[in-house]
Amino acid sequence: MKRLQVLLCSGSACQSAGALEVKRALVEAITDLGLHEEVQLVETGCMGPCEFGPILLVYPEGAYYVRVKPQDARQIAEEHFLKGRVVRRLLWSGPAPEPRTLPFFARQKKVVLSNCGQIDPEKIEEYIAQGGYEALAKVLTQMTPTEVIAEITRSGLRGRGGAGFPTGRKWQAVHDAPGRPKYVICNGDEGDPGAFMDRAILEGDPHSVLEGMAIAAYAVGAEKGYIYVRAEYPLAVKRLEVAIAQARKLGLLGARIFDTDFSFDVELRIGAGAFVCGEETALIASIEGRRGEPRPRPPYPATSGLFGKPTLINNVETFANVRHIILNGGDWFAQMGTATSKGTKVFALAGQVKNTGLVEVPMGITLRELIFEVGGGVPQGRKFKAVQIGGPSGGCLPESLLDVPIDYESLKEYGAIMGSGGVIVLDDTSCMVNVAKFFLEFTADESCGKCVPCRVGTRLMLGILTRITQGQGTDQDLRELERLATLVKEASLCGLGQTAPNPVLSTLRYFREEYLAHIHDKACPAGVCPDLIHYDIQAELCRACDLCRRACPTGAAQGTPRQPPYRIVQELCIRCGACLEACPFGAVVKRPGRKG
Amino acid sequence: MTVEKKAILQKFPRSPDVLLALLHELQRANPQNYLTPEDLALAAEHLGLPLSRVHDAVTFYTMFSLRPRGKHVIRVCDSPNCLLFGAGSVVEELKKLLGVEVGETTPDGLFTLETTSCLGACGVAPVMMVDDEVFGNLTPEKVREVLARLKEGG
Repeated sequence: MKRLQVLLCSGSACQSAGALEVKRALVEAITDLGLHEEVQLVETGCMGPCEFGPILLVYPEGAYYVRVKPQDARQIAEEHFLKGRVVRRLLWSGPAPEPRTLPFFARQKKVVLSNCGQIDPEKIEEYIAQGGYEALAKVLTQMTPTEVIAEITRSGLRGRGGAGFPTGRKWQAVHDAPGRPKYVICNGDEGDPGAFMDRAILEGDPHSVLEGMAIAAYAVGAEKGYIYVRAEYPLAVKRLEVAIAQARKLGLLGARIFDTDFSFDVELRIGAGAFVCGEETALIASIEGRRGEPRPRPPYPATSGLFGKPTLINNVETFANVRHIILNGGDWFAQMGTATSKGTKVFALAGQVKNTGLVEVPMGITLRELIFEVGGGVPQGRKFKAVQIGGPSGGCLPESLLDVPIDYESLKEYGAIMGSGGVIVLDDTSCMVNVAKFFLEFTADESCGKCVPCRVGTRLMLGILTRITQGQGTDQDLRELERLATLVKEASLCGLGQTAPNPVLSTLRYFREEYLAHIHDKACPAGVCPDLIHYDIQAELCRACDLCRRACPTGAAQGTPRQPPYRIVQELCIRCGACLEACPFGAVVKRPGRKG
Repeated sequence: MTVEKKAILQKFPRSPDVLLALLHELQRANPQNYLTPEDLALAAEHLGLPLSRVHDAVTFYTMFSLRPRGKHVIRVCDSPNCLLFGAGSVVEELKKLLGVEVGETTPDGLFTLETTSCLGACGVAPVMMVDDEVFGNLTPEKVREVLARLKEGG
């Protein structure tokens, strides 16, 4: 083993922040200093804190370097790698090099993500060194399919894709279904805005998903599997291609695995840009090469799925849990979490939270702990307003509900859902009507158009929301919005439509006064909706510097240099905010409501 | 049929379920990033499908185009999280720099501007993808830098 292990996060977010340029600079510096015999540079999957990328983790010290730039590479190589002195200015934690003591890590429990950021996802040997494929060997040589299903059932694992259906029951149904061949499908069509855990798992630990699929195939009696991944995730596709080829080469996929009678192979299928394909019947249609339109259930895929055959379809994170349950036992898994929601859950933190990125915590921790302890709270001294959880099928919860434990039932009770685990934190600069509108724009856009309630209903709702944000809403609109929301929920064909009204209903439930301010006062309290705010110049602060007049694109900011105060002619103002940005004295202010 | 297209077809079994994968390859092989009427006919014939069925699938998925596109396809995420954190100004900056609207291609055939739903990099919003590369934490300045770099590369 080399003297130093240098792990470079090369997940998509870190790559977008320049991780590959950092790698090039590091390799150059290491070579120049003649250290290539002593330093092992490993490209890993996502380490979690995307906000701080590119990230470099150096062992044995455990030095956690964040926001590393290519020009920092030489200093790190010379000071740390050569002279053994940690470069403190680049450490996340300041003086202490040990990252595990940071709150971001201390509250986490990494099961599914245990390999992400720790191994090179393109080397099957590293996965095997971490106990990879041991669980598969165990089930094939020591367990019957029935025993495997019993272990999964005992663990209490529920589907991580959104609906939370008990995984053991699903496996049992496919196992019991008559007809052959049977298929196993991994749903990697992640698409909820705010969710990116499946991408990170596929990019950072693809073998854990393949192993979970193989175990499932043995349990239900399938010989063929498909992984469906979105075309928007080219890096995940590439790493899966490498992983499948390596597993085949070592005989971990293919005929007679571990010299048993069990054969299983996996084929990769790529989507082509359709959110609705995350719905299981739509996904099956897409694998079959057709339009990704959902169909009514029953029959469920367990009895009539891919090519009309019994099909097990689970999400990426669900499959990634399987090997841990097999190796440690269902009881071990069931110890974590709450009465009805077991194990850990990966959450994607985004929005107005300090530590955006990927975290894994035991089920049952509260939203407050997730957002304020793990996530570090709201940055820049702003005030927390709401958390949007569960993507376009989920809802917005207010501060008063921050102590709700995160489990499938609690979130549902309050009008949100677990969904795939996307968490968007919103501070007081967000308008909740606008947030609801953005989510509805998304679902209206992604509605496949097959059923009328979803296709037309979401459009009508969007129209009302748009009117409200433009200051043309009425009380009648609110009633109509609620009526349509119920209708779309009850009458839509698939999960996309049935849950599309949730962002609207939850904001109406917890932030109704904001809707009313838009309707009655013609004011956007958060100062977001351009038609419901105005800009003003505070006469006593104006120095008549003329900067606002020069910045204004419409001639609304008017005045004469050195003769304060300037003024804004409201009829000409388009509320672009250019004057506010230009003013060096804080004289320009944005206020809710129209002037006059 | 060109030699290249023939080689692509030969990689795929004559089974209707590989349709999307085949269309992806045919589109990628076209320097203008789109599917020609000939491509659709070839796919239909190779897989034993009616042409209407191929057209049906192509028009359902947003990543397939029936019109010529630029050498680079720029896809800006316009999902809620990115919209909340500045995707609007990113799109405006790109429209201004490229002189085209969303869905259009620059006259030099270099860039097509599109929007896309969530790219799964919400931790570094707003985000765009140029061909296969993701760019995050975008600001109008960063957009200008990325574009300048791409133009240099041609």
